[in-house]
Formats: sequence, C-alpha cells, structure tokens
Amino acid sequence: MDFNQSLYRQRRWANTIGLTLSMGSMALGLTVLLWILFVLFSNGFAALDWNMFTHSTPAPGTEGGGLANAIVGSLLMVGFTVLVSTPIGIFSGVYLAEYGDQSKTAEVTRFVTDIMLSAPSIVLGLFVYAIAVATMGTFSGWAGTLALSLIAVPVVVRTTENMLRLVPGSLREAAFALGAPRWKVATLVTLRAAKSGVMTGLLLAVARISGETAPLLFTALNNQFFSTDMGRPMANLPVVIFQFAMSPYENWIRLAWGGALLITLAVLALNILARIFFREKVRA
Amino acid sequence: MTATAPAQAPSPTTDAPKKNALEVRNLDFFYGKFQGLRGVNLNIEEHKVTAFIGPSGCGKSTLLRTLNRMYSLYPGQRAVGEINFYGQNILEPKQDLNLLRARIGMVFQKPTPFPMTIYDNIAFGIKLYENLSKDDMDERVEWALTKSALWNEVKDKLSQSGLSLSGGQQQRLCIARSVAVKPSVLLLDEPTSALDPISTGKVEELVHELKNEYTIAIVTHNMQQAARCSDYTAYMYLGELIEFGSTDQIFLKPNRQETEDYITGRFG
Repeated sequence: MDFNQSLYRQRRWANTIGLTLSMGSMALGLTVLLWILFVLFSNGFAALDWNMFTHSTPAPGTEGGGLANAIVGSLLMVGFTVLVSTPIGIFSGVYLAEYGDQSKTAEVTRFVTDIMLSAPSIVLGLFVYAIAVATMGTFSGWAGTLALSLIAVPVVVRTTENMLRLVPGSLREAAFALGAPRWKVATLVTLRAAKSGVMTGLLLAVARISGETAPLLFTALNNQFFSTDMGRPMANLPVVIFQFAMSPYENWIRLAWGGALLITLAVLALNILARIFFREKVRA
Repeated sequence: MTATAPAQAPSPTTDAPKKNALEVRNLDFFYGKFQGLRGVNLNIEEHKVTAFIGPSGCGKSTLLRTLNRMYSLYPGQRAVGEINFYGQNILEPKQDLNLLRARIGMVFQKPTPFPMTIYDNIAFGIKLYENLSKDDMDERVEWALTKSALWNEVKDKLSQSGLSLSGGQQQRLCIARSVAVKPSVLLLDEPTSALDPISTGKVEELVHELKNEYTIAIVTHNMQQAARCSDYTAYMYLGELIEFGSTDQIFLKPNRQETEDYITGRFG
C-alpha cells in the first residue's frame, strides 16, 4: 500500500484546525458566561443578606429594605404558571405526538405554537393588558400569571411533542400489540419513556419565565408593599430589578444587583437539582 | 446453504382433524398507492408453527402485520380481502382492534421492554383485560416468565428495570409479556435477528414449547430456523405467496423452481 504522506499531513492539519475552532468557540461561550457570573457576584453579593428576604422594597429615599415582596410575588406567579401550563402543555404535546399526528387540527396547533414560541414577550404582555388588565381595570397577579403562561405553554407543548417523537415507534407498537388502548399507550408507556425529556422541557419553561420582564410590566406591574393577593398588582423580581437598576438611589441599585444574582442562582440551582434528580431516576 | 430436514416436524397429513386459527383469503395490501401484497391465500393451522420466508421486502412482515391489524395504526395503509380468525373476518371495520390484539399477540424484531420494572412489564398486558388479585398476579407473572425460560434468571430482580436485562433476556421478556395475556395466536416478526446464537437457541426451544398451547406464525430470514422450528412454511416473493406447504415438503422437494432457488441459496 502506498502511504500518501501529503494527504496524511493535510488531514492532520484539518483536524487541528477543526479542533482549535471548536475549542475556541467553547472557550468564548464559557468566558462570557463566567464574566456575567463574575459581574453579578461582585455587584450583587454585597446585597445578599437576611434583610433581603425579610424586608419589602424600600420607599424612595429611605434606607435599607429588601426584596421579600418581590421574591414572594415572583414565586407565586411562577408557581401558578407552572400549575396552569404543565397540564395544558403536556396534554397538548401528547395530542400532537400520539393522537393528532398529521391531522389538520394538529398542523394548525403546531403552527400556532411555533408562532407563539417566537412571539416577542412584550407583545404577549400587551395582549394580556388589553384583554385582562384593561377590562378588569387593575393590574393583577392573575394577569401576570396569564402572560407568563402564554410564554410557558408553547415551550412545554413543543418539548413534550419532540420528546415523545424520540420514543421509538417500536415501543408504541409493542404496547398496541398487547391490546392496549391508545390513551394507555400514551400515558403508561411513551410518556413514561420520555419522562426526563418532558421534565427538562418544564424546567426550561420555568427558567425562561422566571426572568421575563416585559410581559409583567403590563400585567402584574409592581407593588411597593408585601401582598399575596393575586387580584391586585404584585411585586416581582424582574420588574423590581428593571425599576431599581435605573433609579438614582444607591440602595435600590444595590438591591437590583442582589435580585439579579438571586434569579440567576435560583435558575442555576433548579437546573442542577433537576440533573441530580434525573440521574438518580435513570439509575434506579 | 443446503436445506436440512427438520428432525421432528410432523407430517401435515395426520389423522387428527385440522383446524385453522386463521384463514387468509384473496388478501391485497396497500401502502398508499404501492401494493405490498397480491392475492395471498393461506391457512394457519391451530397449534402449529407456520414460518414465512423470502427475501427482504417480499411482504412477509407485511402479511404478519395484517394478522393483528397492526397496520391500522398508520393512515394510508389498508388491506383488502378477508382474514378469518376462527370464522370471524377481522378486516371488517367493526372489529375491536384492542381486543383482537389481546388475542393475537406479537413479538418484534428488536426487544422492546417498557420503561418499567420486569414485573410491571409482564403485568402491563394482563392488567388491561383481567382484574387479578396480588397473589394471582404474582403467580401469573411467574408462570409467564417460566414459560419463556426467563424465571430463573430474573426471579431475584423483578423490581429492576426491564431495560437492565441483556438483549436476549429482553427479547424473552417481550415473549413472556405476550404469553402472559394468554393470546390464542402468537406472531413473531424475526424474533431472533438481533440475538446471539445461544439466545436464539433458547427462543427456538421456546417456540417449540409454546406451540402446544398457542398457534404461532414466525417471520424469519434464517432458513435453518424455519426448517428447525416450523411445521409449515410459506415462501413469498414480491408480495406474492409463491409456495406454501409442510416444511418437509418445501425444504426437501419444493414444487416451484423459485422456491428451490431461494432455499438452496441460488437466489436471495
């Protein structure tokens, strides 16, 4: 066999270049991420104290204060959004993957979902403002939940459908071959096989909505006081960060950094927890 | 490859009256516009093993998938003709497909354990149509696993995931799962093509064991397998049933030249 030296060298070069490029992009992404975290930590860490969780947002010109009302507001609205969008999203995803398939209804649903996925969140905020806030005459936590749900549902629908589609058709056929009706095949076999993927979709949705500012600006607005009344304007982290970061007060700016760090840490913790949780599941 | 005479396959002309579990009459099958089967006629005798052989794409799997109406899952696929299952035409629109599939079980080429425990894999199908007490269910699960020669290997780990088993064990688990619901017919679609020779041997022994209680139809690419474990053999080519007869006759003195060419390896 003739060994072509130049061809071999050429291939080694291509390999080196390819490897360098991919390592470079990885390093670039990682650098930016670490940079963001560094800036967040160096500015926000000082604000992270017990007061942040026990005191509500301070009035203009007053000292101290915390983010308790915003934290609780965010938790409430994100919590209700998860309650609303999990069943809707998963049921729709199951319909698209297991029932509708190529029907007209499914195609339209898929199309609408895709549009919703790429719709700017400020548009959804305005929409909820027009149909809920304007008609009820008040900003409210419910309106915020509605706006967040409009963002979360399409994410859950699409990931659920995609994850179910990854389940091999042979598994589905095997269940049908035992005489199982379609709903049992979907719930007991395919959904179970796609469980970790579907849960990842849910977490992605939570991560996405916990930082959304624009839709809340038009719906839940903000509340300077501690309130758990979903029918009234409600404080929430993103809007507080938005308002405080642009304010002239030093303690407000400090709290904005603290809030930003808090959201980031929460999303990070959520992701890590989910990973640990599912690793355990897979092993079991 | 030369044909080997099956050791103990009985002659089809025994004195006992023959009873057919399935009778296929003038069956045409369409994938959209493409015709996959043309005018197939054959009988699948009760408590016998019927093997389907033929080159890839000849329609043997398609034929198997019409017998439990598996194709009905896919819009655009349709069958025309008659398939009588103990006298009832299962191609009629009013046929309840879930009930049909509970009575005509199927095992696939690749092992497909459900993402649940070994115990639940077996119990899944039983729970669909029977309401058993815990003890009865335990008993049935053991019975099915014993029947499929898997009990001794898994009896201590019934609560482990079915996915933790080896490929051969997974396939026997799938057979156990089908046997557990006590169907009257068992369709095996190349059940050993993904298995090593030892697992293949176990599955073949199993087929031999199971035919006392079940009617079995098996699709295989392995001619010796057909010769070893079937009573009747059908040779198919391009969607047509070329020749059908007792396995002895098909392998020793086929009537058609095409059949002989295929089983002697001159073609295929």
